[in-house]
Amino acid sequence: MESSVVYEGDLNLKATELRLGLPGTDEPEKQNMSSVRNNKRASPDMAEDGGSKGDSDAKNGDCESAPAAKAQVVGWPPIRSYRKNSFQTKTEVETGMYVKVSMDGAPYLRKIDLKVYKGYADLLQAVENMFKLTIGEYSEGEGYKGSEYAPTYEDKDGDWMLVGDVPWDMFTSSCKRLRIMKGSEAKGLACGV
Amino acid sequence: MNYFPEEVLEHVFDFLKSHRDRNAVSLVCKSWYRVERFSRERVFIGNCYAINPDRLIERFPRLRSLTLKGKPHFADFNLVPHDWGGFVYPWIDAMAKRGVNLEELRLKRMVVSDEGLELLSRSFVNFKSLILVSCEGFTTDGLAAIASNCRFLRELDLQENEVEDHRGQWLSCFPDSCTSLVSLNFACLKGEVNLAALERLMARSCNLRSLKLNHAVPLDTLQKILAQAPQLVDLGTGSFVSDPDSETFRRLRTAIQKCASIKSLSGFLEVAPCCLPAIYPICLNLTTLNLSYAQGIHGSELIKLIRHCGKLQRLWILDCIGDKGLGVVASTCKELQELRVFPSDLHGDGHAAVTEEGLVAISAGCPKLHSLLYFCQQMTNAALITVAKNCPNFTRFRLCIINPTIPDPVTMQPLDEGFGAIVQSCKGLRRLSLSGLLTDQVFLYIGMYAEQLEMLSVAFAGDSDKGMLCVLNGCKKLKKLEIMDSPFGNLALLTDVGKYETMRSLWMSSCEVTLGGCKTLAKKMPRLNVEIINEGDQMEATPDDDRQKVEKMYLYRSLVGARRDAPDFVWTL
Repeated sequence: MESSVVYEGDLNLKATELRLGLPGTDEPEKQNMSSVRNNKRASPDMAEDGGSKGDSDAKNGDCESAPAAKAQVVGWPPIRSYRKNSFQTKTEVETGMYVKVSMDGAPYLRKIDLKVYKGYADLLQAVENMFKLTIGEYSEGEGYKGSEYAPTYEDKDGDWMLVGDVPWDMFTSSCKRLRIMKGSEAKGLACGV
Repeated sequence: MNYFPEEVLEHVFDFLKSHRDRNAVSLVCKSWYRVERFSRERVFIGNCYAINPDRLIERFPRLRSLTLKGKPHFADFNLVPHDWGGFVYPWIDAMAKRGVNLEELRLKRMVVSDEGLELLSRSFVNFKSLILVSCEGFTTDGLAAIASNCRFLRELDLQENEVEDHRGQWLSCFPDSCTSLVSLNFACLKGEVNLAALERLMARSCNLRSLKLNHAVPLDTLQKILAQAPQLVDLGTGSFVSDPDSETFRRLRTAIQKCASIKSLSGFLEVAPCCLPAIYPICLNLTTLNLSYAQGIHGSELIKLIRHCGKLQRLWILDCIGDKGLGVVASTCKELQELRVFPSDLHGDGHAAVTEEGLVAISAGCPKLHSLLYFCQQMTNAALITVAKNCPNFTRFRLCIINPTIPDPVTMQPLDEGFGAIVQSCKGLRRLSLSGLLTDQVFLYIGMYAEQLEMLSVAFAGDSDKGMLCVLNGCKKLKKLEIMDSPFGNLALLTDVGKYETMRSLWMSSCEVTLGGCKTLAKKMPRLNVEIINEGDQMEATPDDDRQKVEKMYLYRSLVGARRDAPDFVWTL
């Protein structure tokens, strides 16, 4: 049956594609949906792109104009817009979390927005790029190995802590500034803490 | 013939709490109608356009508590344009002018303005309770008016509203003399709050039973509030992030341990999972747990938490709990009555959320389950049949398979049989939402078996008018029918026009009904408002082309004719 071929195609995509992600990621789903809907509907009108009816429904128009389609299907999935909005980037509401980053020996400091990074790997990569250095591998027992640098931060209590010990969320909420320590001072923090 | 003096009748009617009972009683005879209307204090209006404020007040002069619902349900999913209607101002205005002694106002899906809130706060001296659900149109300035002027305010409950946050000092507007608060919920506010003002307000609200904070309230403030309010029954945390080794956290643990009365927990709008053990002591007593906004809690931590909650009756969670997690729920929460599993944001995650497995496990482990909202990736007929057998007590069954036209992945069949089993087994089913690949057959089953069904939601389902006709014919108690993207047209719409006067409303969008069909219906049934929503300009250009399909139609019975506040793009035929 023609329709079952379509469904099998659907399934292979669906297993890995389902998401409430940002617009643009929904395309394959919508395209399949529109073709399925067209199979079901008797009227040929709906298959037309926008058509003579001037269908104002975003779904049909956008579905047919394939690759660039960014719109979600209006009304589906049936999730309250309040809930949908609260799941989308919360950073829209909050201002960035800018902290100073200093590196021992560097002539001036930099500032980065902690909110932009997804985790430690992301953050340290960015710092490495910014200062043109390598920080090394983190290990709980021995800190950062393989480099003369150690990333540290000042927390809410004013203490200097090694970056990476606490969960990311806790780090971002307690970090006041970053300091890349170098040389012997770094060794002190990096090992045997 | 009246065997009882009116005072006795009135006294008897006092025991009738439900609206349905009171409505029934008022239909018995004229004298009962009269006694009932003069003694009625609480009125529920399911569609604010079915009646107008003047007639309401005329009939129920002793009105104290009013519940109003505005926009159609599908407005929740962005199907209804912004200025469609549902304004509460005229109601507040009318009640103020006619001296109603309003104490309680509960609104759902209505447009509330700051002017309305200001008028409300100044017009009713005994005003005690404001509950707004899924409303919009107001700002924190309106809340400031409520806080300032309602001297005996007991309840301010804001659930999932779109509130423009002016970052003002609305919390500081509660006067020092205000000590009457029993319930405060501002979780949906996006902005900062004055923490000091909040702490002071909490300190003087010794009757406080229910508190739900927004994300801007940090754990430190929570700890201070809880230390002073161990009598809380219902708590929604704001931000739950702290260093577990800190003094603040230690104090929080101590404070929570003293909160022996907390039965309902929610919030965790921001959360550091390592802080969760602080709430384990109260988990034992929880009957309600809402973690549906706690994106920061991942599957494994959710499971750890749930293991402590043996008495849960109501659970709202995100699908990151997974099928395995639902298995844990099934083995831990034997008292579970209501479960809602919402989709979480799967940014690049790709891991499967929940499937039919989780639902089957729940149905096997939780025999008291009667209310379900389940977002999943896939569902099978076999699973639904098993669920129907395990849980014949469903009153609300809402299944949302994210891909709305997907068949049973094992058999490649539509899900007609599965839903058929549900309606056949669950004789008390009042609300049903369908999804997945569905043919006319499922509607045949619904019409045949769903005798108590009051609300049905349909999307991308059915093959022909027969489907809709089965439902209209068979479901005698149907009150609300909402359909999107299904091939039902004029034949289905027009076969039994009298049916719509027995229902509250019908919504049809992206179906096959035409302008001509709607016009015919409107002509035959003058006591129905048949509204067409035109967002494009096409209909404007050719208003006489009856063959054009109507994109969105909403019809409802009304005693007061076409509404006068409809915007340009809404035509009442």
